Amino acid sequence: MKLTGSKILLECLQREGVDQVFGYPGGTVINIYDDLMDSPVKHILTRHEQAAVHAADGYARATGKVGVAIATSGPGATNTITGIATAYMDSIPMVVITGQVPTPLIGNDAFQEADIIGITRPITKHNFLVRDVKDLATIIKKAFYIARTGRPGPVLVDLPKDVQVATTKFEYPESVELRGYKPTYSGNLRMVEKAAAMILAAKKPVIYVGGGASLTDAHAELKQLAETIQAPVTTTLMGMACFPKRHPLSLGMLGMHGTYYANMAVTNSDLLIALGARFDDRVTGKIATFAPHAKIIHVDIDPTSIKKNVRVDLPIVGDLRDVLTKLLKELGSQTDEVAKLAEKLKPWHEEIAVWRREQPMSYTPSKTIIKPQFVIEKLRELSNDDAIVTTEVGQHQMWAAQFFDFVQPRTFLSSGGLGTMGYGLPSALGAQAAFPKRQVIDISGDGAFQMNSQELATLVQYRLPVKIVILNNNFLGMVRQWQQLFFNKRYSQTCMELPIDFVKLAEAYGATGLRATKPEEVEDVIRKAFATKGPVIMEFKIAREENVLPMVPAGASLNEMVLAS
Amino acid sequence: MRHTISVLVENEFGVLARVAGLFSGRGFNIESLSVAPTLDPSISRMTIVTSGDDRILEQINKQLNKLIDTIKVIDFTDEEHMERELCLVKVTADDGTRAEVLRIADIFRGKVVDVTPKSYTIEVTGAPDKINAIIELLRPMGIKELVRSGPVALGRGPKGWRAGD
Repeated sequence: MKLTGSKILLECLQREGVDQVFGYPGGTVINIYDDLMDSPVKHILTRHEQAAVHAADGYARATGKVGVAIATSGPGATNTITGIATAYMDSIPMVVITGQVPTPLIGNDAFQEADIIGITRPITKHNFLVRDVKDLATIIKKAFYIARTGRPGPVLVDLPKDVQVATTKFEYPESVELRGYKPTYSGNLRMVEKAAAMILAAKKPVIYVGGGASLTDAHAELKQLAETIQAPVTTTLMGMACFPKRHPLSLGMLGMHGTYYANMAVTNSDLLIALGARFDDRVTGKIATFAPHAKIIHVDIDPTSIKKNVRVDLPIVGDLRDVLTKLLKELGSQTDEVAKLAEKLKPWHEEIAVWRREQPMSYTPSKTIIKPQFVIEKLRELSNDDAIVTTEVGQHQMWAAQFFDFVQPRTFLSSGGLGTMGYGLPSALGAQAAFPKRQVIDISGDGAFQMNSQELATLVQYRLPVKIVILNNNFLGMVRQWQQLFFNKRYSQTCMELPIDFVKLAEAYGATGLRATKPEEVEDVIRKAFATKGPVIMEFKIAREENVLPMVPAGASLNEMVLAS
Repeated sequence: MRHTISVLVENEFGVLARVAGLFSGRGFNIESLSVAPTLDPSISRMTIVTSGDDRILEQINKQLNKLIDTIKVIDFTDEEHMERELCLVKVTADDGTRAEVLRIADIFRGKVVDVTPKSYTIEVTGAPDKINAIIELLRPMGIKELVRSGPVALGRGPKGWRAGD
């Protein structure tokens, strides 16, 4: 039987196990939307294409499945760019379908034409322009395969209108073969043996975990490794929820706003075991003084990540879970040596304990004014362990990372690499669509929230009960903090002078709005919000000039921190 | 340090843009780039001359390999190989210089491919150094226009690379 391109697309989505897509219709995708009415694939209409892509991203991060977004050509397609770049930087599996003007018009500056293939080339793992309906099924198969395998990432498929209308016999390929794309999954055993030897020889090891642990769901293996070799664990923002913060071996986050003890441990370590992390500048600070005494083992599925920023003594290319499983097996064959580790590493743990005592994560509490850190702590206390937390980008994001103790993997969704303000609300929307019964919380600031606040409409329309926390200081707080510390308190364009009534804003959309202006109201507002059925905005009027500390100034060494006390 | 790299890629539209974009986006140098289909028409071969230290070269190799359309990257840095470049050069040839231009072309085994009363166009092939040398000798005669193909390269010895090997 012959099918149209648009029907083939929807058939392919089903074969790939896609039951939920996010998108926004338009002239060049109108055929797809018409066929969508007869398809079991569910669609959520966001209020902006950027939000559709962030929602697909949040869906992917929370579930581990490939997120799917649809947008029309031209402005619809260009609106997806920030969402795609966000997913690309954080290696999130995603397929974005864009409409395109009919093939005979491509290149003619047609109405709503944009060269989205050219525009997204550097921010996608790969992209495809479909020029013949006969290629469509294979291209969709390839797109999903590329998106979810190796180091995952977004793939864009540009689908001209005439290809959607054209018909062909539908056959979905069982598998695809790409001669130029063969990711290495299996870690080299000899390298793994060397890693085990280095671990057993180390006196001051630190495990440094990135987003790769989340993408491969390697949290169980990670925990087992840490406990086996008794090594302290620090995570990046992306690795945040992969290792429970309350675990005695947890050092919390490292880097610019990491804990004092994590940064000191890394600086003084003699072996850094980097797992699915990429030595981002926000993590390393000044490269020349980063982990100066440490040998570095680097496990990553992407060879380009290895030796890109730092020297590496032992590279292992492979899937993190595969490598960890092999490493555990190798260590398991050396039980005598492993048994000695606890005793041998005692002085190291004592050293770390001193740093912990000297500078624990702390803030100055207040009885009169709401401290943002206090709100985060209360949120943790009153939410479920499987609650999914998303953030925007800025001070609130760092406070969430510092003061919310994540327990379960895939519960912290944040734009780490690109640092996209406006990510939190739509990604929460996507996560809630994936898990309608779980608590989903968007921790936000007043600045970033306004970048995609139109998605309140989507939440209300689809009954997605996301709980939104706005830590309102009427500032673009992170930039203000930099201006305070490094620009002599010249607050250029960082004061959000117009106070927004977020309670009324919530109500305008048919959501619930709550506000706390005093510390004693905080708990009540959170309890009320969690007891409310639909979406809620909780606005907290917080201490206006509170800073995120500790802080390693940009370009400084990790042990040159501005401390809280 | 100068490096010559061959990249075998899928012969599809947009691949050149991917490779060129990778170099510009990551701040890598391209001194020259030449590209044409191979014996297997589904594969194109690019020869890229670039420069950088070992760390940069390692990144260039890895980043090229990471492109989905890249089938094989051959770095000739530590390999016995030959490089050849084609150059067409249009030189002023008046009564005083005509003979000298011909003599220089002859020394470099160049061919005159176009003649006018006022100019010769010479075709010469060779390693980039040889091309540089003839250009330097012809420069005083007055070069009107010049085009270089950029080098192409192949490893020495009996071994060859084909898709599927």
